[in-house]
Amino acid sequence: MRPTRPILVRLAAISGVLLLLSAAFAMAAGWLPPHRLGPDAIVDALEAHDGRHPGFRRAHAKGLCIEGSFLSNGTGALLSKAGIFAKADSPVIGRFSTGGGQPYAPDGRLAFRSLALSLTQANGEQWRMALDDTPIFPVATPQAFVDFQRATAPDPRTGKPDPARAGAYLAQHPETRAFLKWQQDTPLSSSFANETFYSINTFRFIDDAGKAWMVRWSFEPETPFEAIDKATLGARPANFLFDDVITRLAHNPLRWRLIVTIAEPGDTTDDATKVWPVDRRRIDVGTLVIDRALAEENGDCRNITFDPLILPSGIAPSDDPLLPARSGVYASSLARRDGEHGQPSALASDPQARRALP
Amino acid sequence: MNPSASRFPLALRLLHWLMAICILVMLFIGVGMVSTVSELQTWLIDLHKPLGILILCLAAIRACIRLTRPAPALPADLPTVQRVAAHLSHLLLYALMFALPLVGWAMLSAGGYPVQLFGTLQLPPIAPIDGPLFAFLRQAHTLLAMVLFATILLHLGAALFHAWVRHDGVWRTMTLGRSQRRPPISSIWISRSAGSS
Repeated sequence: MRPTRPILVRLAAISGVLLLLSAAFAMAAGWLPPHRLGPDAIVDALEAHDGRHPGFRRAHAKGLCIEGSFLSNGTGALLSKAGIFAKADSPVIGRFSTGGGQPYAPDGRLAFRSLALSLTQANGEQWRMALDDTPIFPVATPQAFVDFQRATAPDPRTGKPDPARAGAYLAQHPETRAFLKWQQDTPLSSSFANETFYSINTFRFIDDAGKAWMVRWSFEPETPFEAIDKATLGARPANFLFDDVITRLAHNPLRWRLIVTIAEPGDTTDDATKVWPVDRRRIDVGTLVIDRALAEENGDCRNITFDPLILPSGIAPSDDPLLPARSGVYASSLARRDGEHGQPSALASDPQARRALP
Repeated sequence: MNPSASRFPLALRLLHWLMAICILVMLFIGVGMVSTVSELQTWLIDLHKPLGILILCLAAIRACIRLTRPAPALPADLPTVQRVAAHLSHLLLYALMFALPLVGWAMLSAGGYPVQLFGTLQLPPIAPIDGPLFAFLRQAHTLLAMVLFATILLHLGAALFHAWVRHDGVWRTMTLGRSQRRPPISSIWISRSAGSS
């Protein structure tokens, strides 16, 4: 029973099978059109905006490692079964940073001030987060984020952003205009220590009964708020914010209350540019105590990401499209900077931010 | 050891096809999840990690069976080049079945990522948190995945060549079908040559 079909046909059939499988693989990988927005394209946009600075995070490049603990008061256990909310203390490492991709940018400018944290609960599960000092974010989607970066990137010919492109972007994005207006109008705090930091995105807390609560959270400082004059910001020393918090921590721990805000039905959960009404229920679930600052060279914050999707069981992402993008972009940025030789961080030579501190 | 086995043991054949599906799905998930920032990404990553550990476990079981049970011989008339290619590619496939999950696990460890499966089950780190190591392992994970996909293409192409062009019974050594419509050439040859025993 010899095969009757000519050998070429049979070889062609084999090639066809392999070609089909390869084509399917290429499609899954996004190598074929249509274009798909991936984390690398977003990191490329960040690099185009602020330059490539080897060894540094592509966003929030300037920062300082911190250490401390989270003292849960047990109330959070009503909303989430995560072990972090049991009435106990959990170790914390984290990072203060300022927005943008330039590792030596002066602190005296209107930019995000951020607090990133990794809380480790008793069973080893971690809760990571990267919070900003604004209750709203300038963009709602990863595509808008990239468009905003591109529209405000320096023009290669002039070295400055093209006002026409930025204007065209802003004309189409009222949420970004609202953010910029908020940033202009809201008093700016004088220190990391008296700053409130917000979760930006919405998350789900899942309680013992399996019920999901849509929540946002913030860290509210116990240090009294004090505003800084925005008009004279530019005249401040380059590292004044970081120097201030390093000096404070050399003397006393700094404390924030973790306030969880619960959404009512109908509140936006998938759009970080929208605030919730002020009368939403707020629950104080514990205190963050930061007692140590370390330059990135000496601390443990440099080689990890504060990926907001690293969550313990009992905390889950919402449907906010920014969350997977933040997770993917942080990983991509980590892979890039970890493979590079970088310069020392802006605070590397600060004598008070060394491991040798008591 | 019985060198005249005409097919791989049933357990190994079952594992082969189960793992073939798992590994292909895994490769597609892998390239897909790093290509997008859509909500699909989170879902794919949550699938990628437990599936990788499953493949690692299945690979361990499979290697034990492969090393302890007889495997059918290749046809005697197979040219030496193809014979060597077959052995090397099988060795490479086994190596990658172990290497990819282990490199992935070590990569997450080096990047300080918890290796969390199904929400609560957490695997211990198998590498220290180390920046350059993370960058290296991430590149290695990607590269090895591409090598694995290429080797699978080669493997599939060769298998189909045996099935559709050579008709030498090699394809049937790994199929799950019970009936044997015609004795594979290899087993005729082997039973003839081994007849003296």
